[in-house]
Amino acid sequence: MKTEAMGSVHGTYDYQVVRQFALMTVVWGIVGMLVGVVIAAQLVWPQLNVGEWFHFGRLRPLHTNAVIFAFGGCALMATSFFVVQRTCHTRLFAPWLASFVFWGWQLVIVLAAITLPLGYTSGKEYAELEWPIDVLITLVWVAYAVVFFGTIAKRRTSHIYVANWFYGAFILTVAVLHLVNSAAVPAGFWKSYSAYAGVQDAMVQWWYGHNAVGFFLTAGFLGMMYYFVPKQAERPVYSYRLSVVHFWALIFTYMWAGPHHLHYTALPDWTQSLGMVFSLILLAPSWGGMINGIMTLSGAWHKLRTDPILKFLITSLSFYGMSTFEGPMMSIKTVNALSHYTDWTVGHVHSGALGWVAMISIGSIYYLIPRLFGQEKMYSIPAISLHFWMSTLGVVLYIASMWIAGVMQGLMWRAINDDGTLTYTFVESVKDSYPFWTIRFVGGLLFLSGMFVMAWNVWKTIAGQKPYNAPVVAPAAAHA
Amino acid sequence: MSDFINNFWNMYVVVLVIASLLFCAFIIMSNKAARSSGPVELHGHQWDETLAEWNNPLPRWWVWLFWITIVFAVVYLAAYPGLGNFGGKLAWSSTGAYDKEVKDAEAKVAPLFERYAGMDVQQVAADPEARAMGQRLFLNNCAQCHGTDARGSRGFPNLTDGDWLYGGTPEAIKTTLVNGRNGAMPAFGTTLDGEQLRDVVHYVRSLSGLTTDNVRVQRGKATFAANCAACHGADGKGNQMVGAPNLTDATWLYGSTEALVTQTLQKGRNGHMPAHGELLGDKKIHLLTAYVWGLSNNAAGAK
Repeated sequence: MKTEAMGSVHGTYDYQVVRQFALMTVVWGIVGMLVGVVIAAQLVWPQLNVGEWFHFGRLRPLHTNAVIFAFGGCALMATSFFVVQRTCHTRLFAPWLASFVFWGWQLVIVLAAITLPLGYTSGKEYAELEWPIDVLITLVWVAYAVVFFGTIAKRRTSHIYVANWFYGAFILTVAVLHLVNSAAVPAGFWKSYSAYAGVQDAMVQWWYGHNAVGFFLTAGFLGMMYYFVPKQAERPVYSYRLSVVHFWALIFTYMWAGPHHLHYTALPDWTQSLGMVFSLILLAPSWGGMINGIMTLSGAWHKLRTDPILKFLITSLSFYGMSTFEGPMMSIKTVNALSHYTDWTVGHVHSGALGWVAMISIGSIYYLIPRLFGQEKMYSIPAISLHFWMSTLGVVLYIASMWIAGVMQGLMWRAINDDGTLTYTFVESVKDSYPFWTIRFVGGLLFLSGMFVMAWNVWKTIAGQKPYNAPVVAPAAAHA
Repeated sequence: MSDFINNFWNMYVVVLVIASLLFCAFIIMSNKAARSSGPVELHGHQWDETLAEWNNPLPRWWVWLFWITIVFAVVYLAAYPGLGNFGGKLAWSSTGAYDKEVKDAEAKVAPLFERYAGMDVQQVAADPEARAMGQRLFLNNCAQCHGTDARGSRGFPNLTDGDWLYGGTPEAIKTTLVNGRNGAMPAFGTTLDGEQLRDVVHYVRSLSGLTTDNVRVQRGKATFAANCAACHGADGKGNQMVGAPNLTDATWLYGSTEALVTQTLQKGRNGHMPAHGELLGDKKIHLLTAYVWGLSNNAAGAK
């Protein structure tokens, strides 16, 4: 398919920052998931809550921040810096600023890993970091946006490739979300108070929280999907038209869905209703991405048998489709009355986080690593296969146990005797959850172990190899 | 109901919601492609050597799914609150739904409790069915502090031992349940100096035979008489009128060690039993009273 070069080739792509982020994706993946396994173990064996620093309440936000922003963030930054160069046929805009993005982001992560166990928190879920770190995040994020959109601006193609729409939407929206939700009045260096009060604070928090899911964990990773799936499958994307419709519908309706986190609370009824109906409308736009990804494989299904990287990518889309079906269902108020506050929510989050986000990232990183070090392929393909099966089995154990535990908890909490008293005390539902928490621990441990297989494979692939920067490819004839 | 501070925000919400729904409809309509029978073509652009896009039309089932959710949204927002101040045709509200559910549930369970309302506490306590209901009420409302076996823990009285802070008669128990209690032991850390305090601790512990330092006990007795006897009585046997514990028995709400008794004296204690009258209502309180009374007066209740 190689077309004639129309313009002159301008040096090589800036892979340095891509390499750094790609390797740190593996490192932070292991760290974040290790903390996850630790807190899963703490639920089964409470005596593992050692001292105040390593207590569940302090480690849980460390786990969520590490897997979302350290592991997921590094994966998004690695792939977006790679994809935007490759599809714009140009080097990065301001590579020195990209370097600042890397080191700044690592500093944010390290600060999070120190301050959260020490108990410094703003108390906002997925936005726990205190204001000095929030300021640093803002600086890094603006730099990230400048590099990304600067590269888009100097592209040598007329059309912007679909992956970049999604990455762009992710970068812009996360900037807005972060600024609005983190607005706070400092009361000392490590303490601040939210700019909002009461139910408005809760609404702003979940407007942020759900859009973090929508734009960080969905739009960003769809950008990844739109590059690495067609690349690995060596097939064109299924439908340009579908990508247009589901992109605009997705970014338009996600903004409304936050209130479904606050059903049956002090939030006004009208807000709850809107959160629910727009969450339902979100189903089709979400599935648009899954269809486009999976159907890209049509005519090349046989590749799934032999290519474990493609297995990771396509399985991640299946989990994506499953959790974006489950999400709208859970936003229905009557379903939510059963599922809310139970482990069902935890299972739902992890079918998205492990099944979708982690697996698409892992597949993409396996694609990237050899190319960043001048290699044809990863050191061991069977090891990727092993990793794939460990991950898949881990996710299935995780979410199946949480579904059962969650539905059981929901039913136990609402069971009522003839005289109107509750059938079960809360602690009975805790006691009955132990077997499922144990299965969840095993599932998480399996997923974490897979990451160690990946780390070994990555090490074997790059050890002794020189970093490689591919020459910039000239755009295809139609674009000149 | 909608908490808007003025009509602008009402309109703001209505306009945005309708615009968003129309946008979804528009984006589907504007991308309807004629389905040709011929082979699908590439969209005509190419990136990074191999990346291209087919021009496949939107999958029909997917478009239908999208439409169904949009139509559902319109119907739902016509029926339920959502469009700003417009409360929906069904005039549904969460507070209305809650009130109705509570009313229905109350009406359903009322006869069960009605049966025991006329009986006195001793009779109710002797009724196995009433005791079972009382125990369920206890597990729902009281076990969080007093424990599922009602034996309490530090700071939360044991209800099975026959020892009562405010009295164990049915009337006293009912008053405790309805109005709650505030068991305030004042702090003496500033009024008594270190030695005096230690002496009193020794004296108090000597009342139940826990200490043998006679010098301190003798000195402490005088301090006790001047500072503590007002509530706990000259003999230390307490006063149920004010909830002052009997200090001569083996029951220690906040612990009997020298360190804990010293802490009690130095810093005081604030026991708080919350009022349940409004929460549970007369008839449930009546059953609960009988259950709690039965724990120490009923062979079956106390097991």
